[in-house]
Amino acid sequence: MSGFDWIVPVILTVITAATPLVFAGIGELVTEKSGVLNLGVEGMMLVGAVSGFITALVTGNYFLAVCAAAFAGAVMAFLFGVLTLSLMANQVATGLALTLFGVGLSALMGQEFVGEPISALNKLNIAGLSDLPFIGPILFAQDALVYLSFAMVAIVSWFLYKTKAGLVLRAVGDSHDAAHSIGYPVIAIRYLAVMFGGAMSGIGGAYLSLAYTPMWAENMTAGRGWIALALIVFATWKPGLVLVGAYMFGGITILQLHAQAAGLNVPSQVLSMLPYLATIIVLVLISKDESRIRKHAPACIGKIFHPAA
Amino acid sequence: MSGNEGVTPQLELRGITKAYPGCLANDHIDLKIMPGEIHALLGENGAGKSTLVKIIYGVLQADEGDIIWAGAPVSIANPHSARKTGIGMVFQHFSLFEAMTVTENIALGMSGRQNMKALEQNIIEVSNSYGLPLEPNRQVHTLSVGEKQRIEIVRCLLQKPKLLIMDEPTSVLTPQEAEKMFETLRRLSEEGVSILYISHKLDEIKALCHKATILRGGKYISECDPTQETAKSLAEMMIGTNLQAPEHHETSKKGPIRLKVRNLSIDADVEFGINLSAINFDVRGGEILGIAGVAGNGQIELLAALSGETTCRDAETIALDDKAVGQLGPNSRRDLGLAFVPEDRLGHGSVPEMMLTENAFLSGFRRMSLLNGGFINNGGTSDYASDIVQKFDVRTPGIYHTANSLSGGNLQKFIVGREVLQQPNVIIVAHPTWGVDAGAAAFIHQTLIDLAENGAAVLVVSQDLDELFAISDRIAVIAEGRLSVGRELSEITIEEIGLLMGGTHGMGETEGVSDVA
Amino acid sequence: MLLKIEKRAEYSKSMVYLTPIIALVLTVLTSIVLFESLGVNPIEALYQFFIAPLDTQYEFSELFVKATPLILCAIGLSVGFRANVWNIGAEGQLTMGAIVGSSLFIYFPETDSVFLLPAMIIMGALGGAAWAAIPAFFKTRFNANEILTSLMLVYVALLLLSLLIHGPWRDPAGFNFPESQTFSESADMPILISGTRMHFGTLLALFAVFGAWIMMARTLIGFQIKVIGEAPRAGGYAGFSQKKIIWFTLLFAGALSGIAGLSEVSGPIDQVVPSISPGYGFTAIIVAFLGRLHPVGIFFAGLLMALTYLGGETAQINLGLPVAVTGVFQGMVLFFLLACDVLVHYRFRLNIARKATS
Repeated sequence: MSGFDWIVPVILTVITAATPLVFAGIGELVTEKSGVLNLGVEGMMLVGAVSGFITALVTGNYFLAVCAAAFAGAVMAFLFGVLTLSLMANQVATGLALTLFGVGLSALMGQEFVGEPISALNKLNIAGLSDLPFIGPILFAQDALVYLSFAMVAIVSWFLYKTKAGLVLRAVGDSHDAAHSIGYPVIAIRYLAVMFGGAMSGIGGAYLSLAYTPMWAENMTAGRGWIALALIVFATWKPGLVLVGAYMFGGITILQLHAQAAGLNVPSQVLSMLPYLATIIVLVLISKDESRIRKHAPACIGKIFHPAA
Repeated sequence: MSGNEGVTPQLELRGITKAYPGCLANDHIDLKIMPGEIHALLGENGAGKSTLVKIIYGVLQADEGDIIWAGAPVSIANPHSARKTGIGMVFQHFSLFEAMTVTENIALGMSGRQNMKALEQNIIEVSNSYGLPLEPNRQVHTLSVGEKQRIEIVRCLLQKPKLLIMDEPTSVLTPQEAEKMFETLRRLSEEGVSILYISHKLDEIKALCHKATILRGGKYISECDPTQETAKSLAEMMIGTNLQAPEHHETSKKGPIRLKVRNLSIDADVEFGINLSAINFDVRGGEILGIAGVAGNGQIELLAALSGETTCRDAETIALDDKAVGQLGPNSRRDLGLAFVPEDRLGHGSVPEMMLTENAFLSGFRRMSLLNGGFINNGGTSDYASDIVQKFDVRTPGIYHTANSLSGGNLQKFIVGREVLQQPNVIIVAHPTWGVDAGAAAFIHQTLIDLAENGAAVLVVSQDLDELFAISDRIAVIAEGRLSVGRELSEITIEEIGLLMGGTHGMGETEGVSDVA
Repeated sequence: MLLKIEKRAEYSKSMVYLTPIIALVLTVLTSIVLFESLGVNPIEALYQFFIAPLDTQYEFSELFVKATPLILCAIGLSVGFRANVWNIGAEGQLTMGAIVGSSLFIYFPETDSVFLLPAMIIMGALGGAAWAAIPAFFKTRFNANEILTSLMLVYVALLLLSLLIHGPWRDPAGFNFPESQTFSESADMPILISGTRMHFGTLLALFAVFGAWIMMARTLIGFQIKVIGEAPRAGGYAGFSQKKIIWFTLLFAGALSGIAGLSEVSGPIDQVVPSISPGYGFTAIIVAFLGRLHPVGIFFAGLLMALTYLGGETAQINLGLPVAVTGVFQGMVLFFLLACDVLVHYRFRLNIARKATS
């Protein structure tokens, strides 16, 4: 057994690296399923990360911190909704604006807190089970947000494919004109989907500042919001595959960190490029099959809805 | 039948008025529909029919006027409440979700929660009992247009409506499919369901409807019994002036073959496209060839192959004046004298947000020599645009206004004018008068006929059989990506064309019409 | 809803010019609230932000120093945006331009040829264009979304720069600092006005503004870009190739961003350092939109955004305001601009229907 001692810590770090991507990815998936493309994930994650961090630092209450992060993300998403849904602004441009704004806003909010340490989010300890060899630490001793991330994937799958409300949400993403003529409130449904996406991105960001590296640093998401967007294409808009993809990217990130720690004779910068290069390669491989993307992508994604009459 | 005085009307409209900025879409319209009555709402494009039915179905709200349902005034806030009241509607442009199954689509059109299994059973029963067979688990994008319409009808029937609104239902059907649908409607009428039937096709209104209300320019014109009227008298009420048929030209003087297509086969490159298989035809100078067919049978693919937007593997497939052009792009084909009027005026034939000058340049810069060494000749371009506006009677405040500020008819005249002024040898026109007012339609028809008389080869692709019969010399039919042999107008009847439009599956049965790629 | 949004029959030309001004006014109003909440006198803060940085001739020239890379990148990006090509990786293309351009000096430091700087500028343009060619290739060949690929390449380029500067390019006489040796005179951008840092790159930026203006307004390629962006199917109808436009706009933006990067390292910075740009490539997105994707507009928007950089520094020194205020300010401008843009295509109207809608 002792030769494999490294496996458990590696898996544990993969989980922590993947969890922010799971949250951001599953939230944005719901947003996109309703036919809205919000490129502001990175910005929403950053604002979520800093809001969660400040709340944790000030109150010491991590539950409150996660709620604050979700709320902050949802507020950012609401701004995006006002622009794109009510004022019919271009979704791509607005998403970029949201990210640029989020970068600035989070830096401003967090500037007094840079480098202040907090303790990492508690791991749960389930009596008996957590102490089991191998599976104990992996399955039964994670922090609450890891379990929540899995729960969210399950809930979103169930919601989208097993409930009438989920059917309506997908219908709005497939054809907003048809949904409107049948009598569904397209704009209201999209607001909810966008804000859910924002809340999830906020939690994803907070996971970084509360658990992954418990501190605040400017731009600490380092492109994870964009990777989450790529994940959805990779997953062809399927919740289960978002989870798989997030763990794959988490794996690459950790592999790279461990390789650096192991003193592999490759410059650290080259290893650090891996997640970004992997994202590009995955995007290229998936997008190559154009008809497959078209088949799975919500037909109305990115299109502006204005009831003609 | 009509004439049941003393019975409460199922639906009565009084003084319905709806204004849009710059236009009064409905001006104090009255309407009465009895239980079990099939009532036609007749009018041209822009007469206000669609606005009126959207108000009845709660998609729009009237500015003024009352809706009285079975004797009591009601307010219909949205489609949900319309359905609750007992009103069902089949839209002209279907309100269907392509990526979903038949059952999901029907569930979406019903209020409240549904048990999917029970709903499936229900769909099978209702659809079979009305002769509208449907497979609940099929994805909508794999279905033919006729089948899609059945989904809409079944969706309404499942809610047991008292009033069924049908918006231009036959515009997408073959004559045989339409006849089958009429049987369903007649049966519903016998069961006491009122039907509001919107159309501008006079023959089918005479054959089907008990009563007709005629609208023109947003105003109520009259109510009549269509069975007592002639098609001509109905048309005159609808259009308001005496109809003028286009002047037909001599069919005898035909020139050499100017457009030759041999063995054109193309695999559709998009998910829901149609494959073209072995298409052959010729168009001679001085001739108008009409291609009829239900939308979605390969017209889009054929037009793209002819215009050069998609190219062929073999250059010999398409020849313009005996020159093989199959591998050439749109510009090289234009240089050889091809002109093209696409189906979609805004976004294909023109750039909506660009000025008329820029839209004139769009397709005319080569044949009208509007380019000097990579630079745009602005003076020449404005002259060209002014020329089009003048000669083709385009109503616009000026050539520096955008394409999307023009009405449908005026923009179509502009696009046709732009192509015709390039003096093409061959012109391909898709749906030349779709959504165009009668005046502009007559003008465009005459333009095409004149062009042919001057020696050009004209190819018209249209869904409107009346149009094709009015201007074509020969008619061919496209179905499932195959083209029938072109036949002289005198040798073919509407019935035969209808059979060809139904494709090889024959009478109204269009199972799996689309070759899904 | 009491207020109803209604589509205009035709877009409003006056609103095209008015909305950036409305957006600026709204941003200033909002930042008054922001300054209040940060405990700073808003009037004083606005003065420090917008007036104080222009006090002296030197400071005025600094405006052009900062605006140069912004304008160069934004001109490139705007041409792509017109064609719906969403290249957001200007920061990476800028970095690659700096790397490839300065490699000439790094490997031939002794050269004192007059051709060194022109060659470096050309290499910078090629470096930026090559970096932009990657998303272009992936987009045209594999249909991969250029937003994501161009952005990912920003991180790769920054890491590549870090790799070089911590390794082979480090100045041996530099006390182990991650910096290259300072550029020789023949590798330096000539200074335009002595006593300032205003350099030849500014002329290049002005030339780019003028050239792009002519290109978009009067040439066939500009027309093709506009048509493909507005209505791709109409572009196909007119025989314009979408792939060609994707390639052209990305290479064009890459080359201009590359020149921007090179003119930073051989201009004000004068050596290769780990951080060449404080996010010019991203701010250029804001500049492009604020300038209405029009070259002349971009010129003025570039100066304005440059002012916020200078103002941010002044306000930090004199009032102790965090530098991050600049980022918030820039983000807000874009936000308000996009919000106000609704007025270009739509108008608001009071809903006076007789019957209340549900």
